[in-house]
Amino acid sequence: MSIETKSGTGRTRAQGRTRDVALSAVRGLALAFVSLPGAVLCFCLAVVSIALVPIGVGIVTTPWVLTGVRAFADRRRLLAAEWGGVRIPRVYRPLPEGANPWARTFGMLRDPATWRDICWLPVDMTAGFVTALLTAVLPLYPLEGFAIGAGLWRVLPDGYWYGFVRVTGQTSALYAAGLGAVILLAALRLAPLLLRAHFRLTGAILGSGRGELAERVRVLTETRRDAVDTSAAELRRIERDLHDGAQARLVAVGLDLGTIEALLEKDPAKARELLARTRQSSADALTELRDLVRGIHPPVLAERGLGDAVRALALRLPVPVEVEVEVDLPGRAEAPVESAAYFAVSEILTNAVKHSGADRIWVDVHGAEGRLRICVTDNGRGGAVIGAGSGLAGVERRLGTFDGVLAVGSPAGGPTMVTMEIPCALS
Amino acid sequence: MRVVLAEDLFLLRDGLVRLLEAHGFEIAAAVETGPELSRALAELEPDVAVVDVRLPPTLTDEGLQCALEARRNRPGMPVLVLSQHVEQLYARELLADGSGGVGYLLKDRVFDAEQFVDAVRRVASGGTAMDPQVIQQLLSRRAAEDRPLERLTPRELEVLELMAQGRTNAAIAGKLVVTERAIAKHTANIFAKLSLEVSDDDNRRVLAVLAYLDHGR
Repeated sequence: MSIETKSGTGRTRAQGRTRDVALSAVRGLALAFVSLPGAVLCFCLAVVSIALVPIGVGIVTTPWVLTGVRAFADRRRLLAAEWGGVRIPRVYRPLPEGANPWARTFGMLRDPATWRDICWLPVDMTAGFVTALLTAVLPLYPLEGFAIGAGLWRVLPDGYWYGFVRVTGQTSALYAAGLGAVILLAALRLAPLLLRAHFRLTGAILGSGRGELAERVRVLTETRRDAVDTSAAELRRIERDLHDGAQARLVAVGLDLGTIEALLEKDPAKARELLARTRQSSADALTELRDLVRGIHPPVLAERGLGDAVRALALRLPVPVEVEVEVDLPGRAEAPVESAAYFAVSEILTNAVKHSGADRIWVDVHGAEGRLRICVTDNGRGGAVIGAGSGLAGVERRLGTFDGVLAVGSPAGGPTMVTMEIPCALS
Repeated sequence: MRVVLAEDLFLLRDGLVRLLEAHGFEIAAAVETGPELSRALAELEPDVAVVDVRLPPTLTDEGLQCALEARRNRPGMPVLVLSQHVEQLYARELLADGSGGVGYLLKDRVFDAEQFVDAVRRVASGGTAMDPQVIQQLLSRRAAEDRPLERLTPRELEVLELMAQGRTNAAIAGKLVVTERAIAKHTANIFAKLSLEVSDDDNRRVLAVLAYLDHGR
């Protein structure tokens, strides 16, 4: 019994390792194919655009190009966290909203993180490409060796080189297979390491170096200011809504009650009529308060937590979109994180419903390893961007307070996939 | 008719006790926390429970959980849930066992004493009382994608909405100021157009309509 169990786990472990290597190989291949053209394109555009700044054209193009570069780097940051377990902090200085191209261009160019991005691109298209490709080649190359050993040598030209083995007949073909086996053994150990090395390299350059602490302090200062600004604006809005809405209605109710008191004797019919109106006013006041409460902290979120709150949100969408919600949360996040995540999902869903024309949306809420990760995918027409004035920029700023990251993948024609990740403890 | 009432705000609890007593109900217990409610429901076996969703000590959906728990222990035990806000999610959970005897209303509905008391009585007798807001949300979602719903006349839609709230033919007739026979004809049409199974039982009919609106069955 115990032996069976042992061999069972042994096999599972071997299977697990094979799966790891296969997964690393596929991911390496994907990375290699994306990193080379992506990095070359981003680098060329960035260099050209910055070179054109003195003649003016660059001032218009640079913010766009650099935003693209940041999106490319963000994508890699997400992959680094997901595939390699390497966390690369995102430390761009937030740009003032509604800034003109001039201010945007120079704001971005003054940001050391921009220059780290640009330095990273050439490294990514060389060393990054090689490490990613090796991750894929190491486990795949031995397959050729085995094929040669098994008889493929017959159709190959005489003197074909497999590694350092020159294949001339069955014996040397077997040597080639042996070499393949050795490489495969090495690959089992090396492939996952190489993939991690790729992300470490990315992290070493993209992550801020010497001034890391100073940078961190600056980012914290800015995100704190954003948070304070947002909450002050929020409070002002609530004050205004209360003042113009519920408060005014209650004053009207009080007035009407006074009138009713006076009419009770003289004109009971009129009093009854007024009474109905008063009741309506108080009902309206309640409705307004309810809407206001939903905007401050949705009741379901307080009562049930993020998972059910997102489910309830999906049920409340006014249009017939099929929303699939999958929740995998071992516990509840802190209230401020829950609330930020909820409003982010709400904004993204609203965006999707309003602009994408999607008829299906998938929401995946997942919490593990000290991170909350939410993915919203729709099958709409795509083309969503994080830009000034778009709801997504607001979401990004809100998440920034919690060191959260937002990534948007939305090619024209769709689908749109918005991913956010917030570091937090679940309890 | 014996009622167990659970509401943590003193003013509202007091008001509800007086309202229900004035309409001939007997208040078996008026409690303010979840554990007290659980105990009262298990020991007193009331004819109907009127429960606030949010109760101490957790101030989460403790009341709803107690109500669902009590219905699991005593299937079909009539529960009317009150809340400051309505969520389809909760309505769905309450209706899930398909046995009726549930109500889910906004607290504002107590303003209209007659209708509220009518809803309590209906739930106590195994019927359903769904808040108009829940039904409105369901209808507006379904209406945008549902062919069969488009074939209903405006009048039939009106009847469908009232029926989904849990009202009987007589009540609907009263509300729309027409005869009960006319309403019966409308309901027959609605059931035919939505291809739902016709049932003489009022409660089963309401549950069928709600299930249709929620899941398209």
